[in-house]
Amino acid sequence: MRKITLSTLLRYLKKYKFSFLATLLLSVATVLLTLYVPILIGRAIDNIIAPGQVNFASVLRILIQIIVLVGITAALQWIMNVINNKLTYHVVRDIRNDAFEKINRFPLSYIDSHSHGDMVSRVIADVDQLSDGLLLGFTQLFTGIVTIIATLIFMLVLNVWIALAVVLITPLSLFVAKFIATRTYSMFKLQSETRGEQTALINEMIGEQKTVQAFSHETENLKKFDEINKRLQNFSLRAIFFSSITNPATRFVNSIVYMLVGLLGALAVISGNGFTVGALSSFLSYANQYTKPFNEISGVITELQNAFACADRIFHLIRRPTEPADAPDAHVLKQVHGHIVFDHVFFSYRKNHPLIEDLNLHFKAGQRIAIVGPTGCGKTTLINLLMRFYDVDAGSIQIDGQDIRSVTRQSLRENFGMVLQETWLKNTTVKENIRMSKPGATDEEVIAAAKTTHAHSFIKRLPNGYDTIIGEDGGSLSQGQKQLLCITRIMLCKPPMLILDEATSSIDTRTEIKIQRAFQKLMEGRTSFIVAHRLSTIQEADVILVMNKGRIVEQGTHASLLKRGGFYAELYNSQFAE
Amino acid sequence: MKKLLKYIKGYRIVALFAPLFKLFEALLELLVPIVMAAIIDTGITNADKPYIYKSCLLLVVLGATGLAFSITAQYFSAKAAVGFATKVRHVMFDHMQHLSFSVIDRLGTASMITRITSDLNQVQTGVNMALRLFLRSPFIVFGAMIMAFTIDWQSALVFAVSIPILFAVVFGIILFTMPMYKRVQGALDQLLRITRDALGGARVIRAFNKQDDERTEFRTKNQEVTARQKHVGKLSALLNPVTYVIINLAIVVLIYIGALQVNGGKISQGEVVALYSYMSQILVELIKLANCIITVSKSCACANRISAVLDLQNDLERIPSAPAKTGMDFIVFDHVDLKYKNGGENALTDICFSVKKGETIGIIGGTGSGKTSLVNLIPHFYDTTGGHVYIDGVDVKALDVEQLRERIGMVMQKAVLFHGTIRENLLWGNPNATPEQLDAALTAAQATDIIKDKEKGLDTMVEQGGRNFSGGQRQRLTIARALVRNPEILILDDSASALDFATDAKLRQAIRQLPGQPTVFIVSQRTASIRHADKILVLDDGVAVGLGTHAELMDNCEVYREIYDSQFKKDGASA
Repeated sequence: MRKITLSTLLRYLKKYKFSFLATLLLSVATVLLTLYVPILIGRAIDNIIAPGQVNFASVLRILIQIIVLVGITAALQWIMNVINNKLTYHVVRDIRNDAFEKINRFPLSYIDSHSHGDMVSRVIADVDQLSDGLLLGFTQLFTGIVTIIATLIFMLVLNVWIALAVVLITPLSLFVAKFIATRTYSMFKLQSETRGEQTALINEMIGEQKTVQAFSHETENLKKFDEINKRLQNFSLRAIFFSSITNPATRFVNSIVYMLVGLLGALAVISGNGFTVGALSSFLSYANQYTKPFNEISGVITELQNAFACADRIFHLIRRPTEPADAPDAHVLKQVHGHIVFDHVFFSYRKNHPLIEDLNLHFKAGQRIAIVGPTGCGKTTLINLLMRFYDVDAGSIQIDGQDIRSVTRQSLRENFGMVLQETWLKNTTVKENIRMSKPGATDEEVIAAAKTTHAHSFIKRLPNGYDTIIGEDGGSLSQGQKQLLCITRIMLCKPPMLILDEATSSIDTRTEIKIQRAFQKLMEGRTSFIVAHRLSTIQEADVILVMNKGRIVEQGTHASLLKRGGFYAELYNSQFAE
Repeated sequence: MKKLLKYIKGYRIVALFAPLFKLFEALLELLVPIVMAAIIDTGITNADKPYIYKSCLLLVVLGATGLAFSITAQYFSAKAAVGFATKVRHVMFDHMQHLSFSVIDRLGTASMITRITSDLNQVQTGVNMALRLFLRSPFIVFGAMIMAFTIDWQSALVFAVSIPILFAVVFGIILFTMPMYKRVQGALDQLLRITRDALGGARVIRAFNKQDDERTEFRTKNQEVTARQKHVGKLSALLNPVTYVIINLAIVVLIYIGALQVNGGKISQGEVVALYSYMSQILVELIKLANCIITVSKSCACANRISAVLDLQNDLERIPSAPAKTGMDFIVFDHVDLKYKNGGENALTDICFSVKKGETIGIIGGTGSGKTSLVNLIPHFYDTTGGHVYIDGVDVKALDVEQLRERIGMVMQKAVLFHGTIRENLLWGNPNATPEQLDAALTAAQATDIIKDKEKGLDTMVEQGGRNFSGGQRQRLTIARALVRNPEILILDDSASALDFATDAKLRQAIRQLPGQPTVFIVSQRTASIRHADKILVLDDGVAVGLGTHAELMDNCEVYREIYDSQFKKDGASA
């Protein structure tokens, strides 16, 4: 268990330290009261001996005491539960807020290189585990320990010898449970491994069923499935059966304890040294209760360990460094002309894997710059650097003579309009999605923008037009339609510089031609970066940068590059190869 | 639910014996307080030590016998539940594999996978629980009451009153909070979505400087989750205190009535202790029963979802085989319409064309124009909703589906490879292919270099989903897989999109020279890929707007010309 995880958790608890103390006190109080009730019941029974030997006054007095105590106990228990819930849920809320805060400011390098599913599950599932196991588990553990100690004291007060017998035998049920658990563990492991294997097969074969059917591979699949299924049956049966022995076995230990209490208690009553039948009945009730916290604690401890591992994972995420903040003297980038310079830029994603080395580029304001090259050649790297998703390792990038690290990220990004190949739409209306780039835009402006990108015609046909809610992941829109919406966003805000990263890759070439016209107009007077693999879309660029393996291998205009007969010419001509 | 029960058939006897043995155990458990009462009344009152020893021995015997019964019951119920689930899993997998494409589309593969995995596991747990507890818990509760009646009917009335009240409280709270927990889960799902969006959309969010909006949204939703959790927490926090109060009030009343009865000589002190023991037992069992009922009802919902899948039938139309029509080309589309079951408009309308053996047909059109729908009709993946598709003069609906598909090499848009070696993947095409055949297929698919670099060659492992290969590599391997079966008909559904133009060209060249001379359908968005086909079909919104050679279409089909121009025009001038 790592100290740092514990101290982080304590820091979150600090805000609620009074609630925390209150639950601890309340739990001690309820345990003591709960244990006192059987004693009172025992005393009442002692007043009911035989016909004519019933002391009604005492019985009534004791019964009223019981009612009052029970009422108080129940009230305290409820208050404790409510405070404990509040504490737990508030800590969970705080942790999640912090985690999200961090996610919003993680450097892209972290987001790009780590599994999103894993991070999401830390924020959602792990935090849940943490609250269930660590917070609720802790109170359970605490209550359990208090119960054991208090019961022990109560029993010792009633009768030392019987108490000792109970204390010595009860842990037996723990050993039995432990013994069974270790034997079962390997079976559960085998079961979950086999289940994983089976799920993988199901995912593959049912998920890609169309291919399976196209190749009539069903019989072979079923054979494989049955083989795994057979093994799973075997392991599951053993895992379930072995683990289900625990309950009857501990129950058996309990019945032994019960018998011993009966035996020793009866003998004690006969020997007549003040031990009464009522005391025996209190003891019997304790004997039943005493084993319960033991069984619970063994469960709670595994859960605590598990929860601690979850806490470790979520706190690890929260402790990750975020993007470096803007420079203290960073100013707002305003009135941009779009003169862009890459000055001796060095950059790599991984240390010791140099990618961009000593890159020098000069773009005049209003130029159209195309970046081409085979997949994975590093076209997007330039864009990552321009938008400061990543920072250069050495050298600098300047806009109108200002190092982009000397201006605020927000103002830098505001000056770029970006459309990516991967579209990203929010779970809200079409209109709101378009308006994202310019929150104050009127409906007319939105519609006008949509018309220029030819998105208007399909939006019109959606069930609620511009007010249609786009489902999760873009719902029923095609990839091409989603790209059109993202382009419309840019058309609406008209920023001084543009970045189009494969912005039309999913739009069919006919529609693309129409959008191109709108783009041409938008790009006039704006410095624009265009990444494309369809070479037909970039021939009019002022500069074409040809990249390969992270390096810029050629640059020039379409005509000059063709004439040169290099890499670009080869790429270009392969389009027409027979 | 009922339909699934038939799969427990092989385990009928164990499934019956499991609850029966549980019942025996419960019966023994109910005897314990009586024995204890006898110890107090006879043993203690008469100071009869031998009697006490004998009774305690009896208690041990009761416990040990109970243990034996219980373990037997656990084994039987585990055997029945696991055996049942195994059987259902087999039936489901087999059933799912034979559903038609239109059923798969409607159901969605994700939902099918959930049903055969987590739903079925839930059912297994439910069956196991039901066999173990469904009889035992009510038996203990009512058994305790009956035992109380045998001791003294007036005292037992306390049981008769408190059991229904407890039952109502326990179930009331659990049932009332259940939908509330569901709403908490719903709010939590929203949080999950926002978090996933924040990661997946990090670039866009930052480009538009929307971090603050996202944060506000997250905080609002997070607060909502917390509020709901606290709300439901307050109610569930009632369960323990309220039942505690009820049970103790019942005990108080019981003792008071006991006092009256003892005074009147109707029962003994030991019997009061026994009544008290029975009352204490009830609560635990009631809570167990409530949980059991909830688990079982969840399992029932899951079981219904499973039954729903098993009820789905492969809805591909079959018509009796008729003699082949003569004088027809190899493949004929005769006024074909296609309308998907869940889609509004026709995907294809009145498509007519025919293809001779060995010809190459190009199919072109924008996204959503119906290209894939059209080729999917050849292997009878979907039913035409109008018109006919003929192969060798026979309607595909009259052909045996498996035999038909074995004649076709299909390369789908999504290049899917399976976990296993490259060789195993290729053998999907034809399990009996010789190494030479595999080599030939790889060569034609321009895929030899993929294997060449690998240390283990054909025995290189393909990870799940083929993720250790690039898109282009996967495409070429799936093409090779289709070629291994030496198909009569080869369908390439936009399957060269990730290949560069040069490789694409070489691939087409190789396919033209295949020894088997298959009839080839090439679906593409690129005119370059299809311009040399014998025939090109131009689709626009599901309608054939052009059919002919490249030269003919350039002459008479405007849509084709537009597509061509969008890809070639400017080059035409400069190249």
